Formats: sequence, C-alpha cells, structure tokens
Amino acid sequence: MPEKGKILVYGYGNPGRQDDGLGAAFISRLEQWIAENHFQHVDTDTNYQLNIEDAAAIHPYDEVVFVDASVEDIHDFDFSEVKPDNAKVEFTMHAVSPAFVIDLCRKIYGKSPKARLLHIKGYEWEFEERLTPQACDNLDKAFDFLINYLKTND
Amino acid sequence: MSRKITIEPVTRVEGHGKVTIHMDDLGNVTQSRLHIVEFRGFERFVQGRPYWEAPVLVQRLCGICPVSHHLAAAKALDVIVGAGTGDGLSPTGEKMRRLMHYGQMFQSHSLHFFHLSAPDFLFGIDGDPALRNIIGIALTRPELAVQGVMMRKFGQEIIRATAGKKIHGTGAIPGGINKHLTLEEKNEFLHGADPLNADKMVNWASEAIEFFKNYYAANKSFIENFAHFPSNHLSLVRKDGALDLYHGVLRAVDAEGKKVLNDVDYQEYNQYIEEEVRPWSYMKFPYLKHLGKEKGWYRVGPLARLNTADFIPTPLAQKEFEAFKALTHGKPNNHCLLTHYARLIETLHAAEMIRELLNDDDLLKGELVVKGTKQKEGIGLIEAPRGTLFHHYRINDHDQIEMANLIVSTTNNNEPMNRSVNFVAKEIMTGKDVITEGMMNAVEVAIRAYDPCLSCATHALGKMPLEITLVNSENQVIDRKRSFS
Repeated sequence: MPEKGKILVYGYGNPGRQDDGLGAAFISRLEQWIAENHFQHVDTDTNYQLNIEDAAAIHPYDEVVFVDASVEDIHDFDFSEVKPDNAKVEFTMHAVSPAFVIDLCRKIYGKSPKARLLHIKGYEWEFEERLTPQACDNLDKAFDFLINYLKTND
Repeated sequence: MSRKITIEPVTRVEGHGKVTIHMDDLGNVTQSRLHIVEFRGFERFVQGRPYWEAPVLVQRLCGICPVSHHLAAAKALDVIVGAGTGDGLSPTGEKMRRLMHYGQMFQSHSLHFFHLSAPDFLFGIDGDPALRNIIGIALTRPELAVQGVMMRKFGQEIIRATAGKKIHGTGAIPGGINKHLTLEEKNEFLHGADPLNADKMVNWASEAIEFFKNYYAANKSFIENFAHFPSNHLSLVRKDGALDLYHGVLRAVDAEGKKVLNDVDYQEYNQYIEEEVRPWSYMKFPYLKHLGKEKGWYRVGPLARLNTADFIPTPLAQKEFEAFKALTHGKPNNHCLLTHYARLIETLHAAEMIRELLNDDDLLKGELVVKGTKQKEGIGLIEAPRGTLFHHYRINDHDQIEMANLIVSTTNNNEPMNRSVNFVAKEIMTGKDVITEGMMNAVEVAIRAYDPCLSCATHALGKMPLEITLVNSENQVIDRKRSFS
C-alpha cells in the first residue's frame, strides 16, 4: 500500500510498434530520474494497454498520471484531467481507456484517485522498436513538463 | 428495395472488423459476412532476424496475448536448437513455461467472462448498452466485478513472475526458460493475502461456473438455439487424450465425435492443414486438406478443446467436464454459446494447474535450458486462449530466419465465425423493418463467443464505436446508427 500523497505514473503502449512505445519510454526515463534524484513520492508502472485490473492498481493512490502515445491532432503533448466515464468507453476487445479505469475504480472501491492523462504525439506505428525523432522531441518536452509538475506537487 | 447492413467496426473485438448483412426486397437476409482486416506482414518482418530473437520479436505482433506468441515461438525454436518438440525440455523449463501459460489462460478467460460475456448474460443481449459492460456489473453485482478484476490481476502477476516483466517478457528462450521462480513468489501466489492466492482463484473459478450454469438453466432454449450448427473441432490433446493447453498431438473430431485427424505430430501440420483465400476477405480460411474446403473447416478454442479431449487431468475441472459432456451424451457440443461454459471449465482447470505447479519444487531449482543438434526448421503449436496457434520457422546457415508462417487462432475460427454471424442474422433480422441495437448486439454475441483478437492493430486513443449502416441497392446510405459515441 503506497503512503498517503503518493502519485502513480502509468505508461502504456507497445514499444515494438515505434511511437506506440512513448508511454513505456517515458516510464523508463522517469524511473532513472527518480533513482538519481531520490524522489520518494512517485511510483511507476507500465503495460501494453490498460485493463480492468488497473482499477485495483490505482485505487490506493491519491493521484495517477496516465502516459500514452497519441494520434490525435495535438501539437507535441497534452496534459488533461481524466473524468470517470463509461459512456465514451473505447470498447475494444482487451483494452480500456483511462476514464473507464477511473470509473471502474470508483464503482468498485467507492473512490478513485485524481487522474490526469499525459498524451504525447506519435507519428509512426510500424514493427520497429525505435521512436521517431519527432516523437523523441515530444517525449523530451512532455518529460520536462511532468518533472516540473511532480516537483510542484512534492 | 434490397438492403445491405454494415456493422463497422465490431465493438469489443480487437483490430478492425465489420459485418455486412445483405437483405433482399422482402427483408430476407440473403448473405452475411464477417470481414476482418488481418495484418499478415509479420512473417516478412521477422525474415533476416536471428532466430533466438523470435520469442521477443513476436510480442510486437500482439500486446493482447503476447504470452501465447512468446511460447509458441519458443516451442518452435526448441526444435531448432535440438531440444525436441515440447517434451524435451528440462522439468524446470517445461513447468515454468506451463505456469506462464496457465497464468495467461486464467487471466484471458477471466477477462473474457467478466468483462465481455457476463454483461450480456446479466443484462440481456438487448439490454441497455450503457450498462452492458463490467461497469454495469460493478453497479449491480459489485462482488462479481471484484472477482473479475482480481482474477485478471492474479493471472497477470503469474505472467510477470515467469516472463520477467509485463512488457516484452523474456522468460521463454530456445531450449527452456531463463529463470526460476523464487520461494517468495511461490509463497505469495500460494498463501498471499486474500483474495490474491491460488485457493481463492480455484474457488472463484468454480463460482463462475455455477453462475453460468444458473443462467443456462434459466435460458436453456435461447442458448441451445443460438448459432447452433455442426462442425469439426480441432486442438492439441495430450498423448493419452487429456486436455493439454501447452503441448500434445493434433486431433480433430467431426460433429459426431469421429476422429478425422488422429493424434498426429504437429511438426507435420502442413500435410494436414491448408489455408484458402477468398476474394472478399483479407483473412484466410484454414481447413483439413483430406476433407476438402467444403467439409474440412473446423472450430478451435474452448468448445473445440472440450470436444476433442477425453478427460481433464485436474479433479474439479474433470467433474465439470463430465457434466458438460453429459449435455450432449458424450457427443461433441456444437452450441456456440456453450463456448462460454467450456471457457469457464478451462478457467477452473487453469487455476487448478497453477496451484499444482506452484507446489512443485522443480520451479525453484534445476536445469533451465537444454540443447542438442541444431535443426533448420521448427514448428511450435500451443493452445492459446482463443484456440490453436501455429508458429513455423526455417533458418539459414547464418542463423537467420528465412521463412516464418503463423496461423493464429482467430484465423482458424474464420469459417465458424462467419457461419455464426449468418445464422444469427437470418434468425433475428429476417423480415424486420427496423434493426435495433439489440439485434446488432446479437450478431456481436455470436462473434464474441469465439473471443476473436486481432491486436496487430496499434492501440491508440481513437474511438471505436459500433456503427450500423443501412445501404440500399443503389449504394445510398438510408440509415446509420452508433451504439457508443
């Protein structure tokens, strides 16, 4: 059980599909930064995609930041609040959205952490384990942003 | 005026799928087809790569069931490194892989039941679509939602402990496994705090079967008349005929139970299996060569496995298997919706196997890898959650993969899924002026019974609504509906 005030940063995506690996790359960099800076109040997790068991994973935290690659029309990255929502769920077979996880968490545990989504713009999605240069630039910017955010909330 | 109904994409099915239903001027369904855009370029992608990379590379293909691809590739490469065909590994190597595989089976089947199929049973296939998901279950039967979440979590933790990590696991390597289970991990899985321990998982799996049996008893006519048609059934079975999800010989039975493929060595699968290409579909249609295209198609997956196996080698699942077989007096069961029943019996079997394996000290010590005389070609088959998965590799003198062929479970089920869609569309939509969301969902219920997965599509935060489009014979859209927006 995490201590009170802890934040979970949860990156997801498939690193074997180029920029879909932005979430996992972000977590890898963040873990290194946490170790080097002895940052105590942030935990990390990563997976190919979100799923129902993540409701159990996030529920002890005060805040969760989901980190994912984006194909949407954003400039480099976007940081937004996630509201619980089951009506707009992406009902694919074995993956669910951050809003769905938050909603499920609230329904099961009676509460859910404050949730945000760090959405990083990606460009290529082929079978290759390497981010595109533009995605790397976006990752840098998003990383700097989140570090500031985490420091502010320390 | 004749109509064409398109359901695109199919919700709760990974990848891209659409259903087209053609209706004539009288409102009769004349033809229904499930189109799935399957990416087949992966075989070419692995060409030229060192063979030992394959078990990790193939996880790029699928973030949904990476363990199945990981293990099927590793089994094929066991043959290439001279470690034999599945039963040549060290006891530690084989048992660690089995633990990984049963963890995968347990979490995948649990997810399917609680997240995807139970909502249809609880709320009805024409129930409120906003409730017809695990959120609805959490609102109305919170204890079931907790079970679903925790069963999935338990299976995922088994995978993490055996594969090494959640993303791009490296546990299975050619000729064996790269780690033991630790004593701490073993004790945690066996005796962890409630509910995350093996005994609880066995109990919950049993309770899920009771849940389905109660639903079945109350809805017998609906279940037995929904997409019911005869077929062949194909799967691996252990050499003595037992259900075995990790290794065995290839067996197929016809709709009456007669063996039409009699326990053959899967290294020779291409002598028995052929794939047909049809102009309207990207996905191929496999069939048993000696029976031909018309009669040789088959089902794979939980229903097929319980139809081919003679018994289940764990006591609680065997008891349920006997009850299941009694429904059809020992003959193969051809009821599409009873695939859910079969899946839950396999869930219980997986939980029992996990508990049995965790009590085996071979997981904690012993030889990890065996190798022998290198071969140029290897084939690995595994019973993935959705059915039989084929991986076939050939290497050159430089240890590079020069040929790869994969037949995934969903491809094996292409023909029966199409028949199920056609059956339901004719049954439910014929003569109807208005196509309701409930009718659309009935078509999806038929598809979902097979638990199809085409996760080669990169996940992204795009929308994936269910869309139905009514098109007249002049190709004009006359109606369009979305079930989630």
